[in-house]
Amino acid sequence: MHALAQVLAVDPVPWARAQMAFTLATHIILVPLGVSWAFMTLIANYRGIRHGDADALRLAQRWSKYMAVLFAVGAVTGTVLSFEFGLLWPNFMDRFGPAFGIPFAFEGLFFFTEAIFIAIYIYGWKRLKPWAHFWSGVPIVIAGIGGSLAVVAANAWMNHPAGFRLNQAGRVVDVDPVAVIFNKAMPLQSLHMLIAAYLVGGFVVASVYATAMLRGKRDRYHRLGFLIPFTVAAVAVPIQMVVGDQLARFVYNNEPRKFAAMELVPETSRDVPETLGGWLNDDGEVVGGIPIPGLASILSDPGEGTSTKIRGLESFPADERPTNRQATIVHWAWDVMVGLGTALFLLAAWFAVVWWRRRDLPRTKWFLRAAAVAGVASVVTMEAGWVVTEVGRQPWIVVDYMLVEDAATSSSGVWVTFLGIAAIYTGVAVTTVLVLRAMRRRFDAAEDHSGNSDLSGPYSPRIRPEPVGAGTQEA
Amino acid sequence: MAEFVAATLMVGITAYAVFGGADFGAGFWDLVAGGAERGARPRSVVDHAIGPVWEANHVWLIFVLVVLWTSFSEAFGSIMLTLFVPLALAAFGIVLRGTSFAFRKEVVRLSIRRDLGVVFATSSVIVPYCFGAVAGGIASGRVPPGGTAGDPWASWINPTSILGGVLAVATCAFLAAVYMTYDAHRFAGPDMEEYFRRRALVMAIVVGTIAVVGIFVLRADAEYLYDRLTGPALPLVLASAIGGLGTLTLLTRRLHRGARVLAMGAVAAVIWAWGVAQWPYLLPTRLTVAEAAAPTATLVAVSIAFGLAVLICLPSLALLYVLDQRSLLDADTAADGQARVADADATA
Repeated sequence: MHALAQVLAVDPVPWARAQMAFTLATHIILVPLGVSWAFMTLIANYRGIRHGDADALRLAQRWSKYMAVLFAVGAVTGTVLSFEFGLLWPNFMDRFGPAFGIPFAFEGLFFFTEAIFIAIYIYGWKRLKPWAHFWSGVPIVIAGIGGSLAVVAANAWMNHPAGFRLNQAGRVVDVDPVAVIFNKAMPLQSLHMLIAAYLVGGFVVASVYATAMLRGKRDRYHRLGFLIPFTVAAVAVPIQMVVGDQLARFVYNNEPRKFAAMELVPETSRDVPETLGGWLNDDGEVVGGIPIPGLASILSDPGEGTSTKIRGLESFPADERPTNRQATIVHWAWDVMVGLGTALFLLAAWFAVVWWRRRDLPRTKWFLRAAAVAGVASVVTMEAGWVVTEVGRQPWIVVDYMLVEDAATSSSGVWVTFLGIAAIYTGVAVTTVLVLRAMRRRFDAAEDHSGNSDLSGPYSPRIRPEPVGAGTQEA
Repeated sequence: MAEFVAATLMVGITAYAVFGGADFGAGFWDLVAGGAERGARPRSVVDHAIGPVWEANHVWLIFVLVVLWTSFSEAFGSIMLTLFVPLALAAFGIVLRGTSFAFRKEVVRLSIRRDLGVVFATSSVIVPYCFGAVAGGIASGRVPPGGTAGDPWASWINPTSILGGVLAVATCAFLAAVYMTYDAHRFAGPDMEEYFRRRALVMAIVVGTIAVVGIFVLRADAEYLYDRLTGPALPLVLASAIGGLGTLTLLTRRLHRGARVLAMGAVAAVIWAWGVAQWPYLLPTRLTVAEAAAPTATLVAVSIAFGLAVLICLPSLALLYVLDQRSLLDADTAADGQARVADADATA
């Protein structure tokens, strides 16, 4: 037993970090679909009822079923995160729970509402009246927005801790819940993530239908399945560019360590180039990369132009700033986010111009190919954004108050739970994809056989398919 | 203020036990329902019973965690630090259970449905066991406060924890059997009604026996808890026993609806008995509720969130249960779709 304990005793901090990063990175893929897919489904649902559009109704019904599966996966991966706050970072929660925890009380409220109405909406297709059913979906959208704003408020608080004071024993006192939730970083950071949810959700769903269209399924149903989510994404992209730009300037003004890492600036200077790629070596010097002269300074403060001074990493004590390697990661993540974000913007602009001129999609297959890739690309963009803000905060868990290493559990078995959770999540991810594909095939098969819309069809009394019908003709 | 928030915490735990617990118990009956053919009917009752409301039931767990880490953060940190192993196992189990249940509904192929069913059912037993063991570890004073970890193994492998774990699993199975007797009565036919009624009767006796044995376990292993359960918490303990006996009586008379209510009451009473027995401690004899409590402003914020939940979520939840009980919510499961395809095939 003792020998076993020796083998199992591994420093928990890097493993706790890895597990948190892994589970968060997984959960965040599900977030956009949880937040924005309900909205897109309601658009299709609305069209379906209002204009008697059977294709739109069929889309809405199918989407809600896929949504149900993904919501379940999102709910449990979210529950894991709640456990991990305590399991991995007990000292952080012990100390800062009374402040950091507050936004989650409200997030829980939204999540509860979402879970209730998603059940009503998903199970209500057959027997609720059409408009009553439609309205049962609206709270899902509102709760999704509220919930994501609340969660990101908690994350923003870690960047800009506010609304409390530490007493001599180091305990949180004088809590001001409003100041905790609406901390300095909250408005822009929450908005940035919320729009990302619509952007990513739109591109991901659209990419599935773009792929189907490339495979020759050019009917109205697939076209609608592409157009609704792609339009949502295309509207979100330019808004996101503006919000992102504001947020970058906020980081420049308020989180200089993170900003120095993003722009790869070791020494405080003016006329800083925007370096594309490159890295910081062990001596903290910029190596490689393509410098665009003066651009980082200009973007940081267009009013001042190239004379804008950017504070360098080395102006902070070494143990209070990201390491050189972390800074390189932040910088690359930043480049990836901005680069892919710009590419997505161009794709959306292409679509907008063509649609404006002739009310149709661009004819070339390259558009659909790009749209098919945009799903994955948008997820990568969002993940990169999270890397920027999370790695850029290192080595702090609560900036200027608590280091990550002081927050971690002393349980030496974290590497076991990390491997366990990695295996389980991999299994869940593979099964999720397989199940979604199987559902699609099943829906298709049911349609081919009954010649009817999905399953028993929305808003109809439950009837068995008539013996005389499409099936008989086929036979 | 701290008392009020501690009470809401108990409300959350009670709701999770009474609603989420029945979901776990349904998984238990799924596990022991036998082979694919023999177990098909009871399993369909299980699916139907968990159906639309299962997601909402598990939000109570999140509620409990959030109240605990916000309002009693020192207790939360200490519990998570010491009871790392069972809580990590519970988290794993929750992932496996939630996903496999959602997947199973949407999968047609029998072999895969069976595999997913095994995962779902096994984790439905592991998770409540872990929670019961955690409760036992806390109640028997094995979690030290203040950022120092207690024994990572003995804190949850001990007489009180084992009692807690076994009692939790049995109670979940009892609740589920009682609820499903009523459900089966309404939509699955008299054979299934009888099937679950018999099991409910057996489980009522099993839970009662465990509880009686438990008295001796606690006397030997958790003195503080024992003294309090036989002292100030005694009325609640007796209420729970009467509730259990009442459920038994109503089940033998086939008054399923009343049995349901009494079973809920019996479980709620035993949880409140635990709460009263621990009072004034959160971590018995070392950390009181008042010592662990967050600053008042935080408690007020949590109470406001709780108040909003009462105003918004309770009516919504009531709507969900009413729609569900009136059979206005209907799952189109994979099996249904498949049946229709098969029908169409047959007629063609």
